[in-house]
Amino acid sequence: MNRAALGALLSHWRRHLVQLLTLVVGLALATGLWTGVQAINAQARLSYDQAASMLAQDTLPRLEGALTLDDFATARRAGFLVTPVLEGRLPRSTARLLGIDPFTSPPAPGTPDLSEPGDLTAFLTGDLVFVAPDLRVPEGLPETRILPDLAPGLMLADIAAAQAILRTGAISHLLVLPQAGRSPEALADILPGTTVTYPAPDGDIARLTDSFHLNLTAFGLLAFAVGLFIVNAAIGLAFEQRRPLFRTLRALGLSARRLTALLAVELVAFTFVAGTLGILLGYIVAAALLPGVAATVSGLYGSGMAGELSLSPVWWLSGYAMAAAGLALAGGQSLWQLARLPPLAPAMPRAWARARAETLRWQTGLGLALLALAALLATFGEGLIAGFLCLGGLLLGAALLLPPILSLMLDAGTRTARGPVAEWLWADARQQVPGLSLALMALLLALASNIGVGTMVGSFRSTFTGWLDQRLAAELYLTAADEVEADAMLAYLDGRVDAILPIVSAATDLEGAPGEIFGQADHGTFRDNWPLLDAVPEVWDRLADGEGALINEQLARRTGLWAGASADLGAGGERTVLGVYSDYGNPRGQAILGLAMFDATFPDASRLRFALRAAPDDVGPLAEDLVDRFGLPPDRLVDQAGIKAFSLAVFEQTFAVTAALNILTLGVAAFALWASLTTLGTMRVPQVAPVWALGLTRRQLALTDLVRAIILAAFTAALAIPVGIALAWVLLSVVNVQAFGWRLPLLADPGGWLRLSLWALLAAGLAAALPAWRLWRLPPAQLVKVFAHER
Amino acid sequence: MNARVLVCLIWLALPVHAQGFAGLGQGGDGYTLPEPNPDFSFPTDHGAHPDYRIEWWYLTAFLEGEDGQDYGIQWTLFRSALTPEGPQVWMGHFGLTTPDAHFSGERFSRGGVGQAGVSPAPFAAWIDDWQLAGPDFDNLTLQASTPEAAYDLTLSANGPIVFHGEDGFSVKSASGQASYYYSQPFYEVAGTLDLPSGPVEVAGRGWLDREWSSQPLEADQEGWDWFSLHLEDGSRLMAFALRGGSPFYYASWITPDGTLTPYYGDALALEPLEKALVAGRDVPVRWRLRLPAKDVDLEVEAVNPQSWQSTLFPYWEGPVRAEGSHSATGYLEMTGYE
Repeated sequence: MNRAALGALLSHWRRHLVQLLTLVVGLALATGLWTGVQAINAQARLSYDQAASMLAQDTLPRLEGALTLDDFATARRAGFLVTPVLEGRLPRSTARLLGIDPFTSPPAPGTPDLSEPGDLTAFLTGDLVFVAPDLRVPEGLPETRILPDLAPGLMLADIAAAQAILRTGAISHLLVLPQAGRSPEALADILPGTTVTYPAPDGDIARLTDSFHLNLTAFGLLAFAVGLFIVNAAIGLAFEQRRPLFRTLRALGLSARRLTALLAVELVAFTFVAGTLGILLGYIVAAALLPGVAATVSGLYGSGMAGELSLSPVWWLSGYAMAAAGLALAGGQSLWQLARLPPLAPAMPRAWARARAETLRWQTGLGLALLALAALLATFGEGLIAGFLCLGGLLLGAALLLPPILSLMLDAGTRTARGPVAEWLWADARQQVPGLSLALMALLLALASNIGVGTMVGSFRSTFTGWLDQRLAAELYLTAADEVEADAMLAYLDGRVDAILPIVSAATDLEGAPGEIFGQADHGTFRDNWPLLDAVPEVWDRLADGEGALINEQLARRTGLWAGASADLGAGGERTVLGVYSDYGNPRGQAILGLAMFDATFPDASRLRFALRAAPDDVGPLAEDLVDRFGLPPDRLVDQAGIKAFSLAVFEQTFAVTAALNILTLGVAAFALWASLTTLGTMRVPQVAPVWALGLTRRQLALTDLVRAIILAAFTAALAIPVGIALAWVLLSVVNVQAFGWRLPLLADPGGWLRLSLWALLAAGLAAALPAWRLWRLPPAQLVKVFAHER
Repeated sequence: MNARVLVCLIWLALPVHAQGFAGLGQGGDGYTLPEPNPDFSFPTDHGAHPDYRIEWWYLTAFLEGEDGQDYGIQWTLFRSALTPEGPQVWMGHFGLTTPDAHFSGERFSRGGVGQAGVSPAPFAAWIDDWQLAGPDFDNLTLQASTPEAAYDLTLSANGPIVFHGEDGFSVKSASGQASYYYSQPFYEVAGTLDLPSGPVEVAGRGWLDREWSSQPLEADQEGWDWFSLHLEDGSRLMAFALRGGSPFYYASWITPDGTLTPYYGDALALEPLEKALVAGRDVPVRWRLRLPAKDVDLEVEAVNPQSWQSTLFPYWEGPVRAEGSHSATGYLEMTGYE
């Protein structure tokens, strides 16, 4: 009995291969995009943990401040078991350089094996450095050896060698090893100006990158939701089409429970097949996107990430779980109805005629409620999660409102219709809205997120470029190898340039979180160009007089301290906030002191970096002179254009992944539309047949189908634009502030929006083309059969 | 310190491996080599000699506690130049022996940052907070600790420095490998040991070895047995045997006024009498030592047979008592036992 019934049920799929394909592909797409994003996130998490556990840095307290190796020796001679660490970015690369002292570093992952004869010597002399397997090593470095344990994106060198590479005499911090009877705070007393920080429960990097990964997750979820629309449409259709079959089976004595069970078995089988395909697809998506994500993460946050996937069994299982959850969500409703279906319920093909006013009212109410919730969250919400919930509310609310609004628009169209054919066209379009509504919702979501994210990226790009122009006002940036060379350079440059502006900095805690303090000379370069968001009157004079400090937007937003407030700048002391400047691309807090005040506060900070102002025509010859005279390698003399190019490259990389996901979402939406139109095409034959019998040709009918699809897509696109702009606003003013700590102005991009709408129309046209062509080529016999069949 | 990192130091600093203990048998190319007829200059020569491959400041002391028990302490600072041009690396060893326990510790340091070093005047040798220092070489204090044990001792010399071999040029093989080698064997030592059971006041006699070289061992010499003994009549005896394919025997007889007579080859006889299983290997812990020219015939026995320095380069080092022709106390070091 089971076998016969199952055979009967499955025969439906044999006869509706396209429907089967739609269901499987839809579910596989949904699962695939979701699992792909999860794979990327899991990989990133793994890499961060690996990086954090380097040298056991995730467990040991550290001493921070303006430190050198002399301070390290002082601490050791005072009996403190400390080991020095220097961290920095490799010049002209996204790789991170970690300098360690092999004699005092604790046994921990990532420690190199120096037991081969000569290795220790080479390591100590800087002739041997270790790199993570995926690292692209910039030219001009010593012999590199791959160290598999090394966290991705990392290069490991002896601390003295690292100081030489980074051209600094400083170290980043001292790790304090556990020691009975001695507290790290006692060490801070010996080395004035230093502070002790304890490792955060979750690593620095993990916290910084949380927002980025939440972003990816949101996109994955969006793609999953869009995919589910497809599945829902296919399953709903299959259930409706099989109602006569269900009736027959029930009439033959199959119990409702058994029928439901059989259909559940069918769903499980789909879960397995589509889940497997989805996971494979997810793997492909993840593998394709991973290098971009890795580049983003290392560019934006300076943390490495493996460029290769290593997947856990949990990931594979979660793929199936997601497929099952999707099917349950999409098929559950139908299954529920079936279980309660009276055995001989009329088997009318009502598949696409369920557009009752009641449903529309219900959708309208829920949609409006969600939009209201989104507005509330945008106004009063706190935190990144609230930001994303706001996004979700906005998108879902808008999607739910789409069918009622389309119905209203089509109602209005019907009223303007003249003549029976036009009236039928409008009425037929309205009749199709419920059937197409899911696909159109998917299209709306994809379009809106494309417009929103595109607008955000565009706004970000122009703000960022303008900001770079302001911020990088100096023509040349010069780094000296040591104090002696710095003096020689200064002597040489005296009189040859308009101004020499020292760049000095020290790492310290700002309002309790790691950050950096810069010293800034009083010069027109800054007065004229520096982008201030908020400032007290005569801010530059007061900064030069040492009356306070400037802080970056990130710090201001995190702490709520704006001009006039007082901020705890760690080793920099308690200072009045004189102003707040924008500081894009920097996840950490930062502060600026007047140069005199900085020198007094951090007398030991190295003075090896300089910004040079010169007449544009002099820059080329001056750079050549400097290179010749001091034998400078390229990384020590960088012109403005070079830095800008690097910064913009990091920026572009950051949004490349977002763009890729966007395009995938749009593709899925187009597929959903095609799937719906195709199934609709076969369902609509009985409705089309009378019109054909009344004299409209198949060609005319096909053409009207095509036009109608495009019109519906055009309406959807028109609605997607305001939703997308709202989305962009939420991203720029809510999510960005929570995620990165900066707010950006929204810059309209009508050209881009129009272009996207045209793409949507094209996608809709393509999606409708095949069903329309089929209708055109439909044998008249089939149309005639509609009248022959008693239904 | 990660053991893997510094296994390499086996090739550099200390005495146990295929090519002689810790690579001491390797070539000295590019390094300055010891020459006969040395002309020492003090206090400068108490300091470091970075042109030479390896060098050490090696203090041992046999101590008696107020509780009537025997104790021994060892403190060593090793310097090694990885190449003739550097870098220099430093290693410190801590040893504290009681009749039933042995505590060991070690520290490592890069050169050039001040974490470890030696200054000749006023004399100071240090690594981290381990330090042997004083106004001059004759009057020193020593402090060092591990998480389990510590010592704080005062040393004062009541005799002169003595020079081994030919005026401090100490030959180590028939083919002429040699080192510069002098000692201060006349330290009176007093102070406190901090043991897990509590502090113990101790007093006794110490011996500080200074040695530097660039190629001290023959390639086939596997290790050595080294004795330093304070005899009850005030004489001192230092004796060592280099084992392996080219064995080499040497002894210094030091009178109470510091006059040193060197003895080579058959003049010294060393015979292991009893072995103990120490850290998984058989190590002789009772010896017969004979120097017939001075009517010396001693049975030397370890205070604690398990005086094993479980450092990166492990070896045996501990206090000994000797009976026979004389009564003596002192120290025994044994390297290269696999």
